[in-house]
Amino acid sequence: MTAVFPDIWPALPEIFLAVAGMALLLIGVFRGDGFTRPVSYLTVVVMLLAAILAMGYGAGRVVTFNGMFVMDAFGVFMKVLVLVSAALSVILSLGFNEREQMARFEYPVLMLFATLGMLMMISANDLISLYVGLETQSLALYVIAAFRRDSAKSSEAGLKYFVLGALSSGMLLYGASLLYGFAGTTSFDKIAALFAGGAHASPGVVIGLVFVLTGLAFKVSAAPFHMWAPDVYEGAPTPVTAFFAAAPKVAAIALLTRVLIEPFGHLTAQWHQVLVATAVLSMLIGSFAAIMQTNIKRLMAYSSIGHVGYAMVGLAAGNQDGVRGVLIYMALYVAMNIGAFAVILSMKAKGLMLEQIKDFSGLSKTNPMLAATMAIFMFSMAGIPPMAGFFGKLYVFLAAIEVQDYTLAVIGVLTSVVGAFYYLRIVKIMYFDEPLVVVDKVEDDGMTGILVVTSLFTLLFFVAPAPILNGAAAAAAALFAG
Amino acid sequence: MEIGLGHYLTVSAIVFTLGVLGIFLNRKNVIVILMSIEMMLLAVNLNLVAFSTHLHDLVGQIFAMIILTVAAAEAAIGLAILVVYFRNRGSIRVEDINMMKG
Repeated sequence: MTAVFPDIWPALPEIFLAVAGMALLLIGVFRGDGFTRPVSYLTVVVMLLAAILAMGYGAGRVVTFNGMFVMDAFGVFMKVLVLVSAALSVILSLGFNEREQMARFEYPVLMLFATLGMLMMISANDLISLYVGLETQSLALYVIAAFRRDSAKSSEAGLKYFVLGALSSGMLLYGASLLYGFAGTTSFDKIAALFAGGAHASPGVVIGLVFVLTGLAFKVSAAPFHMWAPDVYEGAPTPVTAFFAAAPKVAAIALLTRVLIEPFGHLTAQWHQVLVATAVLSMLIGSFAAIMQTNIKRLMAYSSIGHVGYAMVGLAAGNQDGVRGVLIYMALYVAMNIGAFAVILSMKAKGLMLEQIKDFSGLSKTNPMLAATMAIFMFSMAGIPPMAGFFGKLYVFLAAIEVQDYTLAVIGVLTSVVGAFYYLRIVKIMYFDEPLVVVDKVEDDGMTGILVVTSLFTLLFFVAPAPILNGAAAAAAALFAG
Repeated sequence: MEIGLGHYLTVSAIVFTLGVLGIFLNRKNVIVILMSIEMMLLAVNLNLVAFSTHLHDLVGQIFAMIILTVAAAEAAIGLAILVVYFRNRGSIRVEDINMMKG
């Protein structure tokens, strides 16, 4: 057996992030917490550079590091999406962290390491690299959730996230060990080749697959494994919640897609039912449980559970169109979610953060621009054309109808009608209720920039949808060609 | 009696189930939850090592080593979060973790 130095170029974005993360940690240690803002800006630059490095990667599928790591068009699309949303989340956090006296340089560095884990998850081609990527991400996220050390709520959120995250990792690992035992290998390529050859899926493999799916469903907060999400979203500091709802969700959906399509693409009959059940439950819980909420962060948690349900409708179709729908959905979801959280982070009166839904009342009179922006995001999340959110739903439901999953599509449309109720209620509260508080002006330039860019993107997506549609189509095609 | 793969898998399934039950049924102390998490991971390791010798394949043992390493890091972070939580609330009873209702 000869030792061959692996081809490191496909992993260039990851290696760059890891080295830059350690360098930023050193800079932070030497310059102290007063240097948080420069470290944050550098983190944003590093993330965007890594996105450019990922984009510079040519077409074709390359497997390296002894089959542990794969890079293809699907990886490029998801990595760029994760890196851009993580960079936006860092910008969102700047003003908040300084106001709330939690501006410490570890914050952007931890986000950088979590993003590194997400990139590894997207490129995982083996159960071992899947686990290592997932834990790199999760360990950083546990710390960020509890980042506000003096707040009982934040540390409780961190504790809950840790316990349930560790439980889900345990489930995933138990499934991975059964898969290893009954399939005889941990490599995705070898598992795929095994079942492509018409091997019978033994009960051990099916049980292992279900355990792995359970673990991943925890990570994307799909029902019935969603119970941690509302508590963690409410308790964690708001910029952290914005981050949780965007980048890790995209990465976990990417991982779920790759696991289902690449190694287990020939076992569709085994996982289809599981996925349909979680999709239906997520859509129902995401729409009905959100109606009763009074806290906007909790509402966003249930909304994200619902959105994961819609994305899973596309995944349940299990074909190229379905995966394309999932990718489009996630790209648009990230834009409107970051935008909506930018509005929530701008909601403060006399320097104090406002988190209740009733605080939005009369926003159109005290701050018309902010109210209009929030209205755009709410219409988009409700799926009202011509906003971006409508197209996301359109493509996943189309995929479901093409494979004659009519029940799933009908349930999806009905729950999005229920969902429209609570999204439009916020619009009604902003435009037709009397103001309770006077909301401060948005003074943060980065925040204003994000508000403008995401709202224009959400509003005008239908004018030039081609880049995202083509990118998603190419990514989905790459996954099925592999 | 020859001890075969089935015996190892049974023991590991029992230990794993005990770990999961420990997380959900325990009402007293968060430390017990941390111990239950370790138990789940150790059950997985037992599974992997048993399969590894059964299949004459080293990958399972390497996987087990990696899990051991990550479990140590995870326990460190879990304890750190627990210390922060205790400083804020002065209690680590599971019933007291109820500021937010899920």
